[in-house]
Amino acid sequence: MITYLEAIREAQAKALADDPRVYIYGQDVGQFGGAFKATKGLAKEFPGRVLDAPISEDAIIGSAIGAAIEGMRPIIEMQFADFSTVGFNQIVNQAATLHWRTQIPCPITIRLPSGGTAGAGPFHSQSMEALYAHYPGLIVMTPATVEDAYSMLLEAVAIDDPVIFCEHKYLYYHLKAEKLPTEAVPTGKARIARQGRDATIVTYSAMLHESLACAEEIASEGWEIEVIDLRTVKPLDTDTVLASVARTGRLLVVGEAWPWGGVTAEVIARVATEGFGLLDAPPMRLNAKDTPVPYHPNLWGTHRPTAKTIAVALRRLLAA
Amino acid sequence: MVQATAVPAASADTSEVKARFLAAYRWMLLARVTEEKIAALYRGGKITGGVFLGKGQEALSAASGMALRKGDVFAPLIRDQAGRLAFGESLLDCTRTYMGSRLGPMRGRDGNVHRGRPKEGLMAMISHLGAMLPVVAGTLMARRFRGVTDTVGLVSLGDGATSTGAFHEGLNLAAVEKLPFVLVVANNQYAYSTPTSRQFVCEDLVDKAVGYGVVGHSVDGTDLQACLDVVGRAVDAARSGGGPQLIVASLLRLVGHGEHDDANYVDPKLRKSPLGADCLELAERHLIKEQWSSAEALQEMRDDSLRQIEEAVATTLREPLPDPNNEDWCPLATRNLCEGTSPE
Repeated sequence: MITYLEAIREAQAKALADDPRVYIYGQDVGQFGGAFKATKGLAKEFPGRVLDAPISEDAIIGSAIGAAIEGMRPIIEMQFADFSTVGFNQIVNQAATLHWRTQIPCPITIRLPSGGTAGAGPFHSQSMEALYAHYPGLIVMTPATVEDAYSMLLEAVAIDDPVIFCEHKYLYYHLKAEKLPTEAVPTGKARIARQGRDATIVTYSAMLHESLACAEEIASEGWEIEVIDLRTVKPLDTDTVLASVARTGRLLVVGEAWPWGGVTAEVIARVATEGFGLLDAPPMRLNAKDTPVPYHPNLWGTHRPTAKTIAVALRRLLAA
Repeated sequence: MVQATAVPAASADTSEVKARFLAAYRWMLLARVTEEKIAALYRGGKITGGVFLGKGQEALSAASGMALRKGDVFAPLIRDQAGRLAFGESLLDCTRTYMGSRLGPMRGRDGNVHRGRPKEGLMAMISHLGAMLPVVAGTLMARRFRGVTDTVGLVSLGDGATSTGAFHEGLNLAAVEKLPFVLVVANNQYAYSTPTSRQFVCEDLVDKAVGYGVVGHSVDGTDLQACLDVVGRAVDAARSGGGPQLIVASLLRLVGHGEHDDANYVDPKLRKSPLGADCLELAERHLIKEQWSSAEALQEMRDDSLRQIEEAVATTLREPLPDPNNEDWCPLATRNLCEGTSPE
């Protein structure tokens, strides 16, 4: 069995082995193997190519951009997605604009350990995908499975543009697969994770598993729920979403991030503007509460959507 | 830290010193004449967007461009017309970017001083000050990965940029990675309208070198020979493995922040002080005093510079402007992943 976290480690090992242009730079990623051990043993296996960086997110990302200009393919580990705000300027103003301004590609992969876990609190739990998806020039990946964590990270390294790779910390240890995949869904394509005909849940990252659990539970009541895993939130696979809504007529979009704007709002906006006639009921969305992410498990467990709260929303949608 | 200050290049061959000084003066003069032309075009409404000039900083800038060679990396800032020319940027890149020609390196997508050719080592600055430090550090890391060791990266900044987080992070990272990195700070006394007293309180910016564990150099930015000596020495030191070098040049910006700014906030006493001297005039006086040139020869050089910029402007004026209907509106290199475009 291989975990989501091990898949990320294995993808990096393969990228380093396959391509001499790849190197890893980030805090504690060297001999220590990273705060979550996503780079365990890589510094020893690939001497001089997995380097500890000073606690300087702006400079870490800025340096990756410079190296990319010179033809390298850096993988940057932010210790927590939350800390990427310190490097925000380099990501959105330098990396995201480089190709458009100068025609020089900027093939950097920025790994963001994302999302909430019990006890992590306001500054180690954030979901940043909407923020980065807002800026032109970035690709934003949100893998929800062990297979995608592996194949999408390899794809991120191969892509000639900056990729924000939102890997979910809750999935690191909770998700296991038999083996690593040999084939992958193309980047930018969503995946139908469960087929159904009564309603569509569009989701991504850790919320896929809450949504699947909800669909399973509600199936005992006779409802067949289609669940779509977006996989990348930018580009957003509107076609797959619209095709599903055409079949079901009902849409619930679930995300762990905050409600204002964001991925759930974007999906609903697209369906409402491009597929209004497909809807048999007003579309619904479910997000985290509009507060910082709380520390205590009692609060955290209620702050984000869960299979239970998704089921409540879904029953309302099905009754509408 | 080694505190280097300007000393006459006593051992250098005089004819070499003279040739270098003259070459630098030509770049300074071409930059000055170019910027006068750009300012005139701006006043005539021929330029969309801001115009930012380097008057008073040409000696330092030319010295920076001349200390580098092909294969090095240069991240100029907004007052580096002279350094850009000395590094090898064409006048057409300047006029095309200022005037929005579709044929320029930025193709109308970015303007004025935000131009560059990164593949040729000339970085295209973003507006956020200090942001180019880590980028240049990264180019040098890439070269180290590839085993290239004899190239240098030089970043140009003003006094205001030393207050940014990016300055701190970038210089510290360059020091930690022991990169062949040169940081040239033009302390021109004002960041837009803000005097240095509201920017920092250390006695001298060069003192920061100690804190970062890098070599510090001070230089009189109005003195071309001193700039050539000090910047040249710092670049040589970085190239030969001496690690990052911080140069702080003292001078005064002799124009507004941009051409929209009359700079009435500049202390008149500063203008009359030695800091307020015009480096181009001082260089001309030096050329005459040393009998390395004559008033007639200087006038010829000025006329020649004017011809060059007039020609570049005339060429640019005949060129097509960006066309929104032929713009692809795709920010990605991976075209099939652009939103709003159909897969190829």
